[in-house]
Amino acid sequence: MAALRGGLCNARHYYAVSQRIMGCHTHRSVHSMASLPETHEMLRKTCRDFADNELKPVAAIMDKEHRYPVEQIKKMGELGLMAIDVPEKYGGTGLDYLAYAIAIEEISRGCASCGVIMSVNNSLYLGPLLYYGTEAQKEKYVTPFVNGDRVGCFGLSEPGNGSDAGAASTTARLENDQWVLNGTKAWITNGFEAEAAVVFATTDKSLKHKGISAFITPKPMEGLSLGKKEDKLGIRASSTTYLIYEDAKIPKDHLLGEPGFGFKIAMMTLDDGRIGIASQALGIAQASLECAVEYALKRESFGRPIAKLQAIQMKLADMETRLESARLLTWKAAMLKDAGKPYTKESAMAKLAASEAATFCAHQAIQVLGGMGYVTEMPAERHYRDARITEIYEGTSEIQRLVIAGQLIKQFQQLIH
Amino acid sequence: MASLRVLVGCKRVIDYAVKVRVRPDKLGVVTDGVKHSMNPFDEIAIEEAVRLKEKKIAKEIVAVSCGPAKCQETLRTALAMGADRAIHVEIAEKEYEGIGPLQVSKMLAKLAKDEDANLFIVGKQAIDDDCNQTGQMLASYLDWPQATFASEVVVEDGDLKVTREVDGGLETVKVKMPCVITADLRLNEPRYATLPNIMKAKKKPMLKKKPADLGVDMTPHVEVLKVDDPPTREAGVKVESAEELVSKLKDVGCI
Repeated sequence: MAALRGGLCNARHYYAVSQRIMGCHTHRSVHSMASLPETHEMLRKTCRDFADNELKPVAAIMDKEHRYPVEQIKKMGELGLMAIDVPEKYGGTGLDYLAYAIAIEEISRGCASCGVIMSVNNSLYLGPLLYYGTEAQKEKYVTPFVNGDRVGCFGLSEPGNGSDAGAASTTARLENDQWVLNGTKAWITNGFEAEAAVVFATTDKSLKHKGISAFITPKPMEGLSLGKKEDKLGIRASSTTYLIYEDAKIPKDHLLGEPGFGFKIAMMTLDDGRIGIASQALGIAQASLECAVEYALKRESFGRPIAKLQAIQMKLADMETRLESARLLTWKAAMLKDAGKPYTKESAMAKLAASEAATFCAHQAIQVLGGMGYVTEMPAERHYRDARITEIYEGTSEIQRLVIAGQLIKQFQQLIH
Repeated sequence: MASLRVLVGCKRVIDYAVKVRVRPDKLGVVTDGVKHSMNPFDEIAIEEAVRLKEKKIAKEIVAVSCGPAKCQETLRTALAMGADRAIHVEIAEKEYEGIGPLQVSKMLAKLAKDEDANLFIVGKQAIDDDCNQTGQMLASYLDWPQATFASEVVVEDGDLKVTREVDGGLETVKVKMPCVITADLRLNEPRYATLPNIMKAKKKPMLKKKPADLGVDMTPHVEVLKVDDPPTREAGVKVESAEELVSKLKDVGCI
């Protein structure tokens, strides 16, 4: 029979070889996740297999060509990855944030651009709509965005203010039962492809950050134009651009939440988004580590594989330790959220630790690979470029430290008084 | 004719990407703490059943697995891929070590009768023991026709037209139902279990049975004497010229 030709190979070998021929060779997991619930183990396998088979082989070319992964995002939507914590009644998957964290990590391990596209749609776009949207808003702006056919985006930063989100200069004024938006939103991930945006604008300048409100704008729409497509260091398969509102009119009922709730909505949304970005960073770090270990086992120098050299082992040990520590923090933040407990500090810690682990691991991976790490033949240089953004967007590492310290001091002050 | 009840065998095996290690007592391989998955050929079998259901040929898919408690994970994967319900025949770890295709095919045959199955699909072989016997024995115990190593299954006038992968190429046979099919690699490409379906799988029924409920004698008929690692390949010899190669080959009696 075909599988046992001449008795030369057994079925395990035959299957493994056939998978390699078809380009579906799965790398063995370097870390053990025996403690995960069965559902999460299963979805992790789905995401890992999908990333190995459908993302890894094309990630480099999409990065090189700055090509948005239309087909891959569609498939991710079919797998239920584009609306993981959206309840089933709105067409979502109805899972929790731990599932979300695991899924984003596995997807980002294959392609970090797909990871951020997914994270923005889940946390930054669908998240605030889910918590603050009316039933009518959810019907119009949640359900069509759950299956990968459409993605959304999130507009908070402006050319003049990034970290200081309270200083938003985009304005919204009520005129004849319509909101009229004016201003420019910067660094909008998914900006080109998105078919709706959650944006923040000042409705009462005198109230400062308490005068900011959140809005849903369709896209395209009259009065909304896009800036140039940014040419970025990494995550190049995702698009980044400006959203420019010039007397853009939206119906009155497109206000999200109450007037003046915008800043609070933005901050709560970013608490969730940080779990997503932390997970994306974990995926990049994991991919970097795997690339380094596999290379170190094959590459021979001084008469043996470099993995036997202590100089290399020190690097690998540090990479794995930082990665696994950051993973535990990320999962803790996700589990706190799932349990309905405060998680602002933990999600900031997760994002800080994971993004720094990613830049560290990607940096060391290049060092392990040497010259091979510096050229595009190997994925290490892409991981290095992709990792860098995770310390910047959705709050820089410096902002995360402010959030963590702020929360920490608050906790102590509550104890003293 | 959406009336068929399809049973599918799902074996839990060491994952195909894992390098197996021989146990120190040399009577088996290390399974503790080793990643396990559904036998890849059984995944193909499940996929085929799900496709038959999508084509409205099958009405119900029942995934079955005989083995230790952890086989329920494997069955849950089958449910997430699209099986409607599952039956787990629980066999204690120790007892499971002694059994093989003989006992398993007897249990599957009893289940096929109890469930009034019209079609039984199993993987052509499991990647752990490489027995390649369960499907054939099952057909024999049921006295059903069998179509093994299937690479294509089509329904034709109520019968199944099955393309089989044989040494010389492809053979096409027609079998009457009820029958047993064993799935080969090229039958299909199994789908991913989507997240919503993983959620739904938790709510699907899983029936637990014991070998005694099926009246199957679990006495081992095969005794494992020794399990060895394959011999490590020895280094070859470099030759300088074609003449030297020919003379070396002559020396070892190859030509």
